[in-house]
Amino acid sequence: MTTQIVGILFDGLAFGMLLFVLSVGLSVTLGLMNFINLAHGSFAMIGGYVTLTLMREGGWPFLATLPAAFVITALISVAFERTLFRRLYRSTALNQVLLTIGLVFVSAAIAAYFYGTVQQPIQVPDYLRGSHEIAGVSFATYRLFLLVVALFLVALLIGGLEYTRFGARIRAAVDDQRMARGLGIDVDSVFAVTFALGSGLAGLGGALAIEIVGLDPSFGFHYLVFMLIVVAVGGLGSVGGSFAAAALLGIFDVAGKYYVPALGSFLIYIVLIVLLFVRPRGLFGKR
Amino acid sequence: MPAIRTTPADTAPGPQAFLAAQTRWRLVEILFWLALLSPFFLLPTYLTLASQIAITALFALSVDLILGYAGIITLGHALFFGIGAYTAGLVAKWGWGEAISGLVLAALAAGFVGYVTGFIITRVHHLALIMITLGLGLVAVEAANSASWLTGGADGLQGVRMWKLLGTFEFDLWGYSAYGYSLGALFVFFLISRRIVHSPFGLSLRGIRENLDRMPAIGAPSRARLHKIYVISAAMAGVAGALLAQTTETVSLETLGFQRSADVVIMLILGGTGRLYGGIVGAIIFMIARDQLADMNPQYWYFWIGLLLVAVVLFLSNGILGGLDRLLPRRRGDA
Amino acid sequence: MSRIAAVIVSLFALAVGISGAQAQDTVKVGLILPYSGQFADAGIQIENGLKLYMSQHGDTVAGKKIEIIRKDVGGIAPDVAKRLAQELIVRDGVDMIAGFALTPNALAAGDVSAQAKKFMVVMNAATSIITTKSPYMVRTSLTIPQLEEAFGEWVAKNGTKTVYTMVSDYGPGHDAEQAFIRGYTKGGGKIVGSVRMPIANPDFSAFVQRAKDVSPEGIFIFVPGGAQPAALGKAMAERGIDPSNTKIMGQGEITMEKGLESLGDSALGIVTTFHYDVSHDSDLNRAFVKDYKAMFDRNPDLFSAGGYDGAHLIYEALKKTNGNTDAQALVDAAKGMAWESPRGPVSIDPETRDIIQTVYVREVQKVDGVLTNVEIAKIENVKDPVKEAMKK
Repeated sequence: MTTQIVGILFDGLAFGMLLFVLSVGLSVTLGLMNFINLAHGSFAMIGGYVTLTLMREGGWPFLATLPAAFVITALISVAFERTLFRRLYRSTALNQVLLTIGLVFVSAAIAAYFYGTVQQPIQVPDYLRGSHEIAGVSFATYRLFLLVVALFLVALLIGGLEYTRFGARIRAAVDDQRMARGLGIDVDSVFAVTFALGSGLAGLGGALAIEIVGLDPSFGFHYLVFMLIVVAVGGLGSVGGSFAAAALLGIFDVAGKYYVPALGSFLIYIVLIVLLFVRPRGLFGKR
Repeated sequence: MPAIRTTPADTAPGPQAFLAAQTRWRLVEILFWLALLSPFFLLPTYLTLASQIAITALFALSVDLILGYAGIITLGHALFFGIGAYTAGLVAKWGWGEAISGLVLAALAAGFVGYVTGFIITRVHHLALIMITLGLGLVAVEAANSASWLTGGADGLQGVRMWKLLGTFEFDLWGYSAYGYSLGALFVFFLISRRIVHSPFGLSLRGIRENLDRMPAIGAPSRARLHKIYVISAAMAGVAGALLAQTTETVSLETLGFQRSADVVIMLILGGTGRLYGGIVGAIIFMIARDQLADMNPQYWYFWIGLLLVAVVLFLSNGILGGLDRLLPRRRGDA
Repeated sequence: MSRIAAVIVSLFALAVGISGAQAQDTVKVGLILPYSGQFADAGIQIENGLKLYMSQHGDTVAGKKIEIIRKDVGGIAPDVAKRLAQELIVRDGVDMIAGFALTPNALAAGDVSAQAKKFMVVMNAATSIITTKSPYMVRTSLTIPQLEEAFGEWVAKNGTKTVYTMVSDYGPGHDAEQAFIRGYTKGGGKIVGSVRMPIANPDFSAFVQRAKDVSPEGIFIFVPGGAQPAALGKAMAERGIDPSNTKIMGQGEITMEKGLESLGDSALGIVTTFHYDVSHDSDLNRAFVKDYKAMFDRNPDLFSAGGYDGAHLIYEALKKTNGNTDAQALVDAAKGMAWESPRGPVSIDPETRDIIQTVYVREVQKVDGVLTNVEIAKIENVKDPVKEAMKK
């Protein structure tokens, strides 16, 4: 019995970690920069296709494509940030929604044009397949890998935002743009880098997601709802909050499906509604 | 054109006169509604599309009442659209195929659900509000899927049979009855909405949109008024859903879906929020563009739709009507 | 504001333009398929099948040129499907409607076919009742119970005594679950548990654990094609369920080409039932696959077969009526029609207008280093059991 519970918790947690990597960038852009980027899922999709292309056409090993998925997605996102998004930083939320949804449409069409509409599978290396048995509980290797990556990212992000000079600049630029400019901080490039970081993480998430949920041109739409849920429940702009929310949602989802399958599909949404009603700012939201 | 300009900058003519001036029908409005009759004569082969545009426009109008006038951003309004659709569909399926009474029942059902959920909706704001509307919509989809004994589940509701409209007009293959019916309903609810937003109640909603905390201080209870407009909007969305169910004689889970909720908000923003005509114009432009682009290129039409949205944001800012406002300097300047 | 009106009027005017010349010597076929959204791939493969048939057999039949008008329905949208069917008939003047990947859309368009008296060919949607919607409708794909009831009986008779079923919680999933259980219990098997999984379900580990808890001899799966088969297969492999200790079986979607690629060797030994596979051993199929690959640079699948056979049916029916497109004449011509398809011998049941075909039982094996669905048994001339039961 305990082995089952441990197994369920672990599976849920690992699924949550995937959601975390996919969503944390959105939490940053939405919470810190006040920019509603509904195209976040499309950046994740770009990362997925980068990994796919490098593995299939370039023969790269899976692990080596992951940094590439991060970097290339980040670069593409900066191009968009410089040309389109920055014009709308002070615009209304509705305009941001319309622009970024437009980009979701465009990116889905481009992906369908170049890669077709078919599901794109990848072959992860053998050492990430199968499972490890520890004390009678089997832990899927790929899920362990996801967990490690996510923990590493959390440490890096929290450490980076709280304890580095650049992190201090970001927080300064967000809290009071004019003051930050007055202090000589180049707010524009700080925002650009922050944006790139967030989108790059989405790209990494997209690459990691192929093995679990697959990849096709509708990816950008499909996971948008999950991403928004994680961000809202976690609290805007909070890395730790996104982490906690993603873990919680993953565990609730998997545990709910296991113990009450009839409610399995509802549970995650009911948790969302109740939680936000009680804590409208999310678990760790400050603003 | 009336000579009175009612920009807020003018020496205040007093709220009564302000509202009275706004309520006056302008020539363009009359022309606009007359133009909507033209498909009957000019484009009889497009009447089924026109009918679905009118239905979507009504849905967008219902969202404009809460989003544009009261500041409630929703990503789950299809909840009410779908409830209206299933109510009207089920009533017809169970043997009562009369259309108008079906609309009334749908409005009541959707309004009731709006009343219940309104207790939650009016207590949250910002992202939490958006996400709760979205969550409620998604719960409804799952519930309707689970209750497949009632709703037909993923196959859709089968066996909806409508009687002749008003006892005379059969729902024909060309869509004459469907468009006449949908357009009539749109016009009636447009008149109602116009009356609401230009009433003191409507004005107080705009005040709430701008500053939630100040309005109670000047004697307008924010939460109660938001609740009221939310119920009205829900009932209207329910009517739109019922129209779709009746004119197509089928209801699917997608009537409740996230896609429909998101599409209607896109159309409303595209047209311009907070101006009644925004949702109608947005629905017309978006759906005609989609239909024409999809005919030319069934596989990649959404690329061009995406570009259209991006272009509207970059060049027109507050939606199409907002952009036209700026381009036409002699227009009045209120929101 | 008057400019707005002008814009709208001109947009309407722009829409008038297209209405093709009404030539007597063309037959117009309105094709309603999902070309965008998450079901786009099915729509495209159906169209590819049809295109291939037309390129092999020319676009003229019985002295008439076949003209295809494509419409994107965008996903599950019966209201849109119905409107498109109406528009195709009143505006484009089509002689028949075809396509239909998804059940709700086919059901809604069926009403139009009946009302307008137009011939309708369903090339994929697989719920039994669809063909009852219009007397002018014919189906060239499959029905889910057709596969599953026969398969369930076969499973029971081939030594798997207990089965746990896992299906997606929507119409087709329910159909598959019920038909499989009917066939399986008729054959003497015992169901030890069932679970229905949400359709929009990215993670299967919880359901797999539930199945593992009761340790059945076999697990029966039905999930829609696309990303889910591979995700479910991987979740099973991770939980230590594989064909060496549990018989994994289901409908052919779970071992389609891309799914196998993604599952790798953990798919070896999975048993599925289907009506078509790219590896089917016949001269016609080999030629079909070769031409298909040459034309579209990918393998055909069940959707392609549905489109290809749909085109064949349209051509042959038109030949029989000598180009007459009257719905009754076409449907009479289609009834009882029998032909050799890439999937094997098929025919149209004259009573139900549904397809009669061979149901194959296949096992995933390695053939020349490639994971392949190898036919291990076949059940010939299977009719849709649901409509057979209705008759009684």
